[in-house]
Amino acid sequence: MAGSSTEYIKHHLTNLVFGQHSDGTWGLADSAQEAKEMGFWAINVDSMGWSIALAVIFLGLFKSVANKVTSGVPSGLQNFVEIMIDFIDGTVKDSFHGRNPLIAPLALTIFVWVFLMNAMDLIPVDFIPALFNLFGIHFMKVVPSTDPNITLGMSFSVFALILYYSIKVKGIGGFAGELSLHPFNNKNPLIQVIFIPINLFLEILNLVTKPISLGLRLFGNMYAGEMIFILIALMPFWIQWTLSVPWAIFHILVITLQAFIFMVLTVVYLSMAHEDH
Amino acid sequence: MNINATIIGQAISFAIFVFFCLKFVWPPLIAAMNERKEKIAAGLQDADQAAGDLELAKEKAAQTLREAKQQAAELIEQANKRGTQLIDEAKDQARSEGERLKVAAQGEIEQEVNRAKESLRAQVAVLAVAGAEKILNTSVDQSAHSEMLEKLAAEL
Repeated sequence: MAGSSTEYIKHHLTNLVFGQHSDGTWGLADSAQEAKEMGFWAINVDSMGWSIALAVIFLGLFKSVANKVTSGVPSGLQNFVEIMIDFIDGTVKDSFHGRNPLIAPLALTIFVWVFLMNAMDLIPVDFIPALFNLFGIHFMKVVPSTDPNITLGMSFSVFALILYYSIKVKGIGGFAGELSLHPFNNKNPLIQVIFIPINLFLEILNLVTKPISLGLRLFGNMYAGEMIFILIALMPFWIQWTLSVPWAIFHILVITLQAFIFMVLTVVYLSMAHEDH
Repeated sequence: MNINATIIGQAISFAIFVFFCLKFVWPPLIAAMNERKEKIAAGLQDADQAAGDLELAKEKAAQTLREAKQQAAELIEQANKRGTQLIDEAKDQARSEGERLKVAAQGEIEQEVNRAKESLRAQVAVLAVAGAEKILNTSVDQSAHSEMLEKLAAEL
């Protein structure tokens, strides 16, 4: 039993990976080991597929509302979309003190997309994998945000935006100054020269921590949540609901909160990038 | 769990989706919402203005009513005055007409009296003569005594 439990858990935590086999042919990996051997130039088909599908659903829904949007009495769906937009717009206005038309749509995309990816966690852990198993696909991780590639992919994109706007707003000199002249500052140039490497070390560490913590926080939370669902699924079927239902209800809070945190931190980081000292 | 090209794929799709949202989703929605906000604000302002207008209209109506009442009172007073005046005038007229009629009647009566006196006077002479004739049983020369008789008649 212990062996099969381990097997079950491992199976659920393995992505469907497409890449180059060790014999040089391209195809899907048949085991976690094989997936590992494919190296960097492989792609998690399930994570990518689900995340893109969810984004298409989200954008398709919002676009269909945007197409027939009216400033008169809104329909039910338009009302819902407007509540989302209003919520995001309010959050962005609260924490972003600058003028950049990109920030609000970025925040909307992050919030809804991450929320939908997290929400996949609420679908019972075996439903979709079992369905794909019928078609001969043996690995299927349905929650894209439990894949560090997905969360880090997004957080490093945000990091790229932070760097871009830091340099755009402050100039290369200003950005370099910000990295090297804080937090230790002295009027005496000699002492300042000693401080610069320390400042650089601290500030660059601080800067690089942002995307990593942003991505790993989301990944860690969702991975842990998914893991608990998998563990609950190991129990006898007639008792599972006593744990899975409370955990799922609690998880509704977690998925929303994590999506919100990811969005707010993105906005805050970009707001800091726009601040000129 | 391995880091692989998925991270790049996700970054690319993220960029595409953000761009799509920025270009096609966000602007029309936020524009419509702002437009509705303005409409509501305008509507509320209109409502406020309408309430003010109503207040003004009520005040104006009350004032008009007040004026009308005052005018009506004035008219009634005027009419009463005029009525009294008319009655007085009519009374005066009646009085003067009565006076005039009385005077005319008196004149006529006097005239009548005079005329009767005249005729009596004329007849008195004849009667006197006839009476004297009877008394004297003689004919009296009328022409001889006419002067005396006329004097007598005049004294009547």
